Amino acid sequence: MGSPRSRKRDLGHPRILNAGTRRGPALQEGRESVEFFRGVNIDWLRLKWYFLAFSLIFSVAGIAKMGWNWAQPQIGSPVLLGVDFRGGTQVQVKFARTPDTNKIRSATVAAGIKDASIQGYDEASNNEVLISLPEQSDETTLDQGRQQIVNALQSHYDNPFTVRNVQVVGPTVGKQLEKQAGLATLYSMVGMLIYLWFRFQLIYGVAAVVACFHDTLITVGFFALTGQEISLTVIAAILTLVGYSMNDTIVVFDRIRENLRLSRRESLPDVVNRSINQTLSRTVLTSGLTFLTVLSLFVFGGRVLHGFSFALVVGILIGTYSSIAIAAPMLVAWQEWRGSRGSAVVLPAAKRPKL
Amino acid sequence: MKKNLNGKILGIIAVLVFFVYGIFGVPSGITGKALTEALTKRIHLGLDLRGGAHLILQVVVSEAVNAETDNTVGRIQQDLKKANLSFTQVYKPDPTKPTVIRIEGTAPSKSSAVRSLLDTKYSTEYDLSGGGADNSWTMTMKPPVVTALEKKTDQQAIETIRDRVDTLGVSEPQIQEYGLGKDQILVELPGIDDLDRVKSIIQSTARLEIHAVVGGPYPDEAAALASTGGGIPPDEMIIHGSGALATGSDADSVYVLQRVSVVAGSDFRSADPGTDQNGLRNVRFTLTNEAGDRFYEYTSANVGRSMAVVLGGRVREVATIKDKIRDTGEINGSFTADEVTVLSKMLRTGALPASLNYLEDRTVGASLGQDSIKQGVTAAVVGVLVVMAFMLIYYRGSGINANLALILNLVILLGFMGYTSSTLTLPGIAGVILTIGMGVDSNVLIFERIREEVRAGKAAAAAVDQGFAHAWVTIVDTHVTTIVSAAILFLFGTGPVKGFAVTLTFGLAANLFTAVYVSRVIFDAHLNKMEPGQTVSI
Repeated sequence: MGSPRSRKRDLGHPRILNAGTRRGPALQEGRESVEFFRGVNIDWLRLKWYFLAFSLIFSVAGIAKMGWNWAQPQIGSPVLLGVDFRGGTQVQVKFARTPDTNKIRSATVAAGIKDASIQGYDEASNNEVLISLPEQSDETTLDQGRQQIVNALQSHYDNPFTVRNVQVVGPTVGKQLEKQAGLATLYSMVGMLIYLWFRFQLIYGVAAVVACFHDTLITVGFFALTGQEISLTVIAAILTLVGYSMNDTIVVFDRIRENLRLSRRESLPDVVNRSINQTLSRTVLTSGLTFLTVLSLFVFGGRVLHGFSFALVVGILIGTYSSIAIAAPMLVAWQEWRGSRGSAVVLPAAKRPKL
Repeated sequence: MKKNLNGKILGIIAVLVFFVYGIFGVPSGITGKALTEALTKRIHLGLDLRGGAHLILQVVVSEAVNAETDNTVGRIQQDLKKANLSFTQVYKPDPTKPTVIRIEGTAPSKSSAVRSLLDTKYSTEYDLSGGGADNSWTMTMKPPVVTALEKKTDQQAIETIRDRVDTLGVSEPQIQEYGLGKDQILVELPGIDDLDRVKSIIQSTARLEIHAVVGGPYPDEAAALASTGGGIPPDEMIIHGSGALATGSDADSVYVLQRVSVVAGSDFRSADPGTDQNGLRNVRFTLTNEAGDRFYEYTSANVGRSMAVVLGGRVREVATIKDKIRDTGEINGSFTADEVTVLSKMLRTGALPASLNYLEDRTVGASLGQDSIKQGVTAAVVGVLVVMAFMLIYYRGSGINANLALILNLVILLGFMGYTSSTLTLPGIAGVILTIGMGVDSNVLIFERIREEVRAGKAAAAAVDQGFAHAWVTIVDTHVTTIVSAAILFLFGTGPVKGFAVTLTFGLAANLFTAVYVSRVIFDAHLNKMEPGQTVSI
C-alpha cells in the first residue's frame, strides 16, 4: 500500500519511547506522520463549571429569544416557521431586470391582493424575489393565490419573469407537519435512549439524550437568535444532528466502558478524563472532516439548502462540544450523587459488549 | 491465508462491478453525455432537481357518503312502492348528518311488513330503529360501512386521478395515499410547472350526474324558492346553470332538481367526442348495463319531462326526454373542442367519486432545479476532495486505503440507488455529502486505534488486528444510532426529506462494509507483502 518510499518508513518503534510526550505536527525530515493531540492530558472535569456556564448562556439566550418571539403577535411561535409549517402561499420569481420591491408591491395592490409580503431572495444580483401571502383558512380557495400573484405581475409590472418555485400549504398540512416534526425528534431520542440502555446502561442513555437535547435546543436557539426560518429540511438536519451528536457521545462512552473494564481500581473521574483524552484526536478529526463537508454544503450548496447546512454547521460544533462537556461529566455527576446519598457506588460498566 | 485473501479481493471487485452496473447499466457509450444519460435513467432526479409539481389533495369523502345514502333513499322508495306499502316520505332529515335516513307515514297495520322489508334488504349496511306509534323509521349507516365506503372512495379517487394523469403523458407520475392524514392523496408530476392544465384535468368537474328537473329555469334563487313554496323539500335541490347555458347574456339561471341522480359518474362505460346533427360538438356516451336498465326505466316513465346534465355542480345542459333511452346518449351544448375532449376523457376514466380540495401545492421550476443540481454537485465534489486530501496528508499510506474505501462507499451508495430506482433529491445529495463526512469517521476511528496500538509497541499485523477489533464495537454503536434517527426521518418525512433519509441509511450501511471489511482486506494485502519488522504507514 502506498508509495515505495512509505513502505520503508519506520514509524512505530521509536514512538514508544516518546509515548506520552507531546509532539507537534512538525515533521522531522518529512518522515514523521502528522498527528494532533498526541498524549494530551487535560483535566476536562475540572472545567465542568465553565462548560455549564457556556451551555447555560447559549441555552438561556436561545430560550429567551424564543419566548420573546412567541410573545410577538406577528410571529406567535418560538422560531420563524417556513411556509411548510406556517401555511400560506409563497412564490419565488426571477426577474429579467433588477426588480423594484415598491413596484411589485403596487402591482399586487393594484390586482387587489392584500397583505402580500415581498422580500429579496439570495444575492441581489440574482434578481429573485419571494412573494408570500398569509395563510388562508379556507382550503377551497387555496390554489388561487399563486395565479393571482402571477396575473398581478403580468398585468401591472413591466419586467419579464419566470416562476422558480411555488409553495402553497394549507393550514391542515401545516399543522400536521408541525406535530409530526416534534414527534419525530422525540421518537428518535427515545429510540436512542432505548438502544443505549440495552447496549450500555440506563444512565449512559440518559446522559447521551440530555446532551442531544442540549444540542437541539442550542441549534434551534441559534435559528431564533439569527432570525432564520425553520423549514422541513431544517428539521431533517436537526434529526441528523441527533444521530450525529449521539455518534460522538457513543465513541467517548465506548472508551469509558472499555477503560472501566480494564482498570477497575481507577476512579471514575480519572477514567472519564483519560477516555476523553484518548478519543480526543478522533473526535476532533471526525468532527473537523464532517464539518468541512458541511461547510462545503453551506458555501456551495445554494440558497435552498441554506437553512439545512446552517443547522448542521452549528450542530456539529455543538454536538462535538456536548459529548465532552455535557455527556461524560454527567456520568461522573450521577455517580457522585449516588455516592452522596449513601447508595452503593456502582461503576456504570457492568455489561460487556457482546460484539 | 493468501489464497483466502485473493478470494476476498475478487469478491470486493465483484461488488464494485455489480454496483457500477447499478449506477450506469450498460451505457450506450463512454462519453460524458452517454454516461449522464445512463445515470439519470437509473437514478431518478427528484422534483426539486428536475422541476415539477407536488400536490396534496384531499378527497371530500362525505360527498360519497351523501351520494350513497341519496341512492338508498331512492331505492327504499322504489322497494316500498313495489311491495305496495304506503308512506308519506323518505328523506334525509339533517344535512349535517349524511348517514341518517328517515321514513315517515307508513301504515300502522303494515308495520311488520315494512320492518321485514327494510331488514332483509338493508340490514347489512344500516341500523334500523323506530316503527312505533309515530309510524316512522330511522335508518343509520353502520360506522364500519361508512369507513369502508370512505376508504373505497379514496382508492377510487386515486385510480381516477391516475387514469387522468396518464392521459396527460407525464413521465413517472406518482399518485398515492399520503401518510399524514386521512383522505389525502399525494400527486407528484415531474417536469410539469404549469399547474393550471393539470388542475383542469385532475379536478375540473369532479362529478357528472343526470338529474330529473323539477322546475326552472328561474332567474335567481329567490324565484326558484318561491316556486317550491318558500322552502326546498329535502329530496330536491337548487343548482345554478353554467355560463354557457345562459341564453343571450350573462344572466344566471337556476333550476330545482331531484336530489337523487338518475345516472352518476361511475355509470359511464365509454364516452367519445362527436358532433350533433347541426354540426355542433357533443359527447356521446354509453352506460354500463346496470345503469342502462335504470336509465331505461326512468326515461320510459318520464317521456316529455326534462332532465339536467350536472357537471361540477352546475347544470350544463337541460334536455327533454323524447323517447326511452337505454344505454347510449349524447350530451349537447355549446362546447369548445378542448372541453369536449376533456369531458369525454373524464367520463371514460370514470368520474371522481367525490370532489377534491387542494391542501398543498409545490412547484419547482426547471431552472431552479438545474441550479440546485449544479450547486449540490459542486458542494459534493468539493466536500469529497477536501476530505480525501486531508486523509492523504494525515494518514499517508493508510489515507489511500481510506480513500479507496470512501470511493467504494460512494459507488455502492449510488449503485444501490440505481438498483432500487431511488429518487435523488437535493437533501438526498446533502445526505451523500454527510455520508462522506460520517463514513470517513469509521476509518478515523480504526486508524487512530491502530496508531495507539502501534504506539503501545505492537507489531504491524497485531496493531491492525487490535485496531479493527476495538473500533468495531464503537462503529456498530454509532451506525445503529444514526440509522435509528434516519429511519424515523423516513417514517415521518415527506418527499425530499425521505430521499435524504434513504441516502443516509444506504450510505451508512455501505460504510460498514467498506470502512471495516474492505479497509481490512486492503491492510491485509499490504501486510502480506511487507517484510517482518516493517511498520504500516499510518
